[in-house]
Amino acid sequence: MENARLEELRKRLEDSLGSAANMEALNEIRVKFLGKKGEITRLLKSMKDISAKERPRFGQMVNDLRAMAEAALEKQQKELEKKLREARIQSEAIDVSLPARRMEYGHSHPNTRAMEEVERIFIGMGYEVVEGPEIEYEENNFEKLNIPKGHPARDEQDTFYISGNILLRTQTSSVQARVMEEGKLPIRMICPGRVFRSDAVDATHSPSFHQIEGLVVDRHVTFSDLKGTLDAFAKELFGPETKTKLRPHHFPFTEPSAEVDVSCFKCGGKGCRFCKGEGWIEILGCGMVHPHVLEMCGIDPSEYSGFAFGVGLERIAILKYEIDDMRLLYENDVRFLNQF
Amino acid sequence: MNTSFNWLREYVPGLDVSAREFADAMTLAGTKVETWTRLDKNLEKIVTGKILRIEAHPDAEKLVVCQVDTGNGDPVQIVTGAKNMKEGDVVPVVLDGGRVAGGHDGGPMPEEGIPIKAGKLRGVLSNGMLCSIEELGSSREYYPEAPEEGIYIFPEGTAVGQDAVDLLGLRDTVFEYEITSNRVDCYSVLGIAREAAAAFGKEFHAPKEKESGNGEDVHDYLSAEVLDEDLCPRFTARVVKNIRFAPSPKWMQLRLASAGIRPINNLVDITNYVMLEYGQPMHAYDYDLVRGHKIIVKRAQDGEIFETLDQQERKLDHTVLTICDAEGAIGIAGIMGGQNSKITDNVKTMVFEAACFDGANVRISAKKIGDRTDASSYFEKGLDPNLAERAVNRACELVEELSAGEVVGGIVDVYPRKREASVVKCTVSEINGLLGTELSGEEMKEILERVELSTELRDGELTVTAPTFRQDMHRMCDVAEEVARFYGYDKIPSTLPSGYAAGGLAPDLLVNERARHLAEALGYSQAYMYSFESPKACDRLLLPGDAPERRQVRISNPLGEDFSVMRTLSMNGMLTALSTNYNRRNKEARLYEIANIYIPGELPLKELPDERMQLTLGFFGEGDFFTLKGDVETILRKLGLKGRFHYDGKGCGRSFLHPGRRADILYDGKVLGYLGEIHPEVAEEYSIGTRAYAAVLDMPVIYPLANDAVKYEPLGRFPAVSRDFSMLVPVNVTSGEIEDILVQRSGRLLEDVRLFDIYEGAQILTGFKSMAYTVVLRSKDHTLTDDEINSTVRKILNGLEGLGITLRS
Repeated sequence: MENARLEELRKRLEDSLGSAANMEALNEIRVKFLGKKGEITRLLKSMKDISAKERPRFGQMVNDLRAMAEAALEKQQKELEKKLREARIQSEAIDVSLPARRMEYGHSHPNTRAMEEVERIFIGMGYEVVEGPEIEYEENNFEKLNIPKGHPARDEQDTFYISGNILLRTQTSSVQARVMEEGKLPIRMICPGRVFRSDAVDATHSPSFHQIEGLVVDRHVTFSDLKGTLDAFAKELFGPETKTKLRPHHFPFTEPSAEVDVSCFKCGGKGCRFCKGEGWIEILGCGMVHPHVLEMCGIDPSEYSGFAFGVGLERIAILKYEIDDMRLLYENDVRFLNQF
Repeated sequence: MNTSFNWLREYVPGLDVSAREFADAMTLAGTKVETWTRLDKNLEKIVTGKILRIEAHPDAEKLVVCQVDTGNGDPVQIVTGAKNMKEGDVVPVVLDGGRVAGGHDGGPMPEEGIPIKAGKLRGVLSNGMLCSIEELGSSREYYPEAPEEGIYIFPEGTAVGQDAVDLLGLRDTVFEYEITSNRVDCYSVLGIAREAAAAFGKEFHAPKEKESGNGEDVHDYLSAEVLDEDLCPRFTARVVKNIRFAPSPKWMQLRLASAGIRPINNLVDITNYVMLEYGQPMHAYDYDLVRGHKIIVKRAQDGEIFETLDQQERKLDHTVLTICDAEGAIGIAGIMGGQNSKITDNVKTMVFEAACFDGANVRISAKKIGDRTDASSYFEKGLDPNLAERAVNRACELVEELSAGEVVGGIVDVYPRKREASVVKCTVSEINGLLGTELSGEEMKEILERVELSTELRDGELTVTAPTFRQDMHRMCDVAEEVARFYGYDKIPSTLPSGYAAGGLAPDLLVNERARHLAEALGYSQAYMYSFESPKACDRLLLPGDAPERRQVRISNPLGEDFSVMRTLSMNGMLTALSTNYNRRNKEARLYEIANIYIPGELPLKELPDERMQLTLGFFGEGDFFTLKGDVETILRKLGLKGRFHYDGKGCGRSFLHPGRRADILYDGKVLGYLGEIHPEVAEEYSIGTRAYAAVLDMPVIYPLANDAVKYEPLGRFPAVSRDFSMLVPVNVTSGEIEDILVQRSGRLLEDVRLFDIYEGAQILTGFKSMAYTVVLRSKDHTLTDDEINSTVRKILNGLEGLGITLRS
């Protein structure tokens, strides 16, 4: 008789599981059969009414039934959960091509971008980056660079004067004297900064622009060191295929002096519109620090030598980013700035 | 500086290279060739032809049919519209399949020239074209004998069938150089030729001036005296009488033309020719107008008025050197002659002057007088005094050669202190040490002697003697440069300096860089502004008349009023940039700038001003005052300012900011800068038609506070307690004041204070607002007890009471 009861219970359980379509139904079944007052629980409680002889066998059967019920419920629940999850996932599909919600990042000015590139290269070669004042003593801008009063080079750089012996520096070379006079040797520095010349604004001129000055002073510094340094710099800046060419030139504060061309990074030196068919593009001026400049700063040229170079930042920016009008650099139109 | 290739080859006969090879080698040796022009570009199949017959065209009134003998058998039939030629004339003829440079109107020349093909003109076959000088790529400027309109006609007797281009001197190339200021000797054909010979290892045939002059003595004609030797190291003059004006010969005209100088007459052309050839300008006076036949070189008197030969009255002063006769000035030294001694067509006898003047003085005088002439541009570079004598002798030689007059014997020469050659001693190893080369002494000597630097080599020591035209040879490095440029910069090895050094940004620059990157991370793009601006910017920013920012460093020679003062505020630049963007209809703009302002001490400036780096943020578009405030705090906190910021609205007097929406930013008692909404009146002034916001951080105050050193703090292991305070606050009490109370009264237990609600309106008592804060408390070393919490809350409540605040029930 107990057997038949158990069998009937099992059947009812299986039937109700079969028709349970959601979690609520499943929970009801759990309560109905396995709850505190559930049918299987009640069967277990009724064990005391069974004869001692029958009790173990009956107990075993009820426990089996309970284990079966729990396992079936568990299985059914897992399946239901899986179904529900799948349904949710399906319902949650989105149009991934809708616009992104993004925080607009700001942009560095092309000058700064070029400056950081140049700085990175020279920092890697052990250079310290320093700055000097933009309003300068005439002495640092000219006299100490071997450009005495009346020197023709003073006319080549149309200078803005303030008063007496104070002017707007025309070149970052003015920092050379300041660094050398500090007296700490050896020197290996670059100095980026703003310089001023009395040029009216047009597509290729600006009364204010930027340079990066480089200065190395140490024992046994040679012209070949200068060549190697600038060659390494050009390869880093414009790519490993870049070639450099030094042409003799004249600057009052270096001797020997040179202007430096790099092979055109657009055409690789074959000649194109970009390099005006030359295959080469001029990027900087350089030379060995003139011994008189060293002497004026208290450095003994028989013991120390050095080299210096000056790069126009706008020139690098204009070349690298192919900017066709210098005025764009000072208009600050966000449509321009946001490209960098 | 321009030179003709043919002219150079006269001094360097072996110079057998292409224009490209010449340009490259000269540039690599230090004489930079900027560009070159082939004079015979696009001139093909052009010969001399004799016009045998001219007949009317059967169908065109304006055309004629010519039979031209080009020396090649049958005459060539050519139809032309030109009128100026007659039968028997020899003219340039471009044959079928040839090419000319331009049109007959002398307009811009096409890059590829104009091809000429046989064809019918109004039914009559034309097998070529007769050429005007313009079609040959030149102009009457350089061929004054050419007709104003029509075909160029060669002198009578010119043979037919010759290369007409060659005959006209157009088989030549003109090079244009960039000469550096230290090489005044290269502002001459001779100087360039000397460099070219050295660069190509060819012989340099230096000219030697031929003796000239009759049996007379110039000193019977003229005397000269120099009173200001410092400004005139040498003065030479010679006299030419029986002047015969005529056009100069074609070869001379062509050479002048190649340098862009228009031929005039034999005497003017000679002085120009010598100036090009030797680099020494000369001046000619009418001898009969030199009063007392005496020349005195001396400084002008202050206020002296002098009429120069261009009929301009020039005001002189004692710094200007003049050439005077017995009675007064007849020329401004090295710049321009006077109207009173000018050469006219009636001149019979003239004085040729070749002198050396102090370069710097000539330059300053030319500037003062306001006229930089061809002559002064030579003198101002500082000429070699030994050149003067050679040049005047060369001129006289040419006078005789061209039969332009009779040269009087002898030279007037005032040369008190003879310039001697300079001698530089150095060692082979010093030069190799500077260059990084391993050249032998012999190699160096060979190179140096190529450019006339005579060199003695003994035991590794070089004694280099530089002729006086080389004014740039003083020290070992100068010799090293000569060695380097003719050895070849390209052959010097490439090495890197030995030794290691730690590179990096100077500390303040590192802070700037971090600030820049933070501003960018917050969406601001970097702007660059000018450092100078108009003094009117102060008015536009509503600065009061006595504002300290109006004390500005003023440029004495600005590009204009708009660029005349160094800015003391960064705001004008930022507002200008925002305005540009607004008016170009950009929907929003978020910009930052990091650059200096210039705060002067004493004015006019005796010492350098204080250059203060300013980080300026500005925007219009999305966001408001509190967005900006958040951005500023984010930047400052990331720079290492971890404490609390205070905002002083009342103390902030920035006139260009909205009076109710501006504040100074304080930290640790220091003013870091300010922020706010742009004053509506200022926004209107800058045509910004929307709310705009700006903040300025004064970086020098921030540098010592910025600190990215980090020390780990143990994580709180004990539970936090949070208490909400919902308050009724008198409207004039600020959030800052309440926060101060909450922070001070919580003491060490404070973890966080946060405003979570603020409300003003209907349900709130008039004169009050509702504010609600959460205060989070936590101890580092124990679980807070009820007593501790209650006592802190009591302290807070006492403090709030002091501000007239009650808790809402």
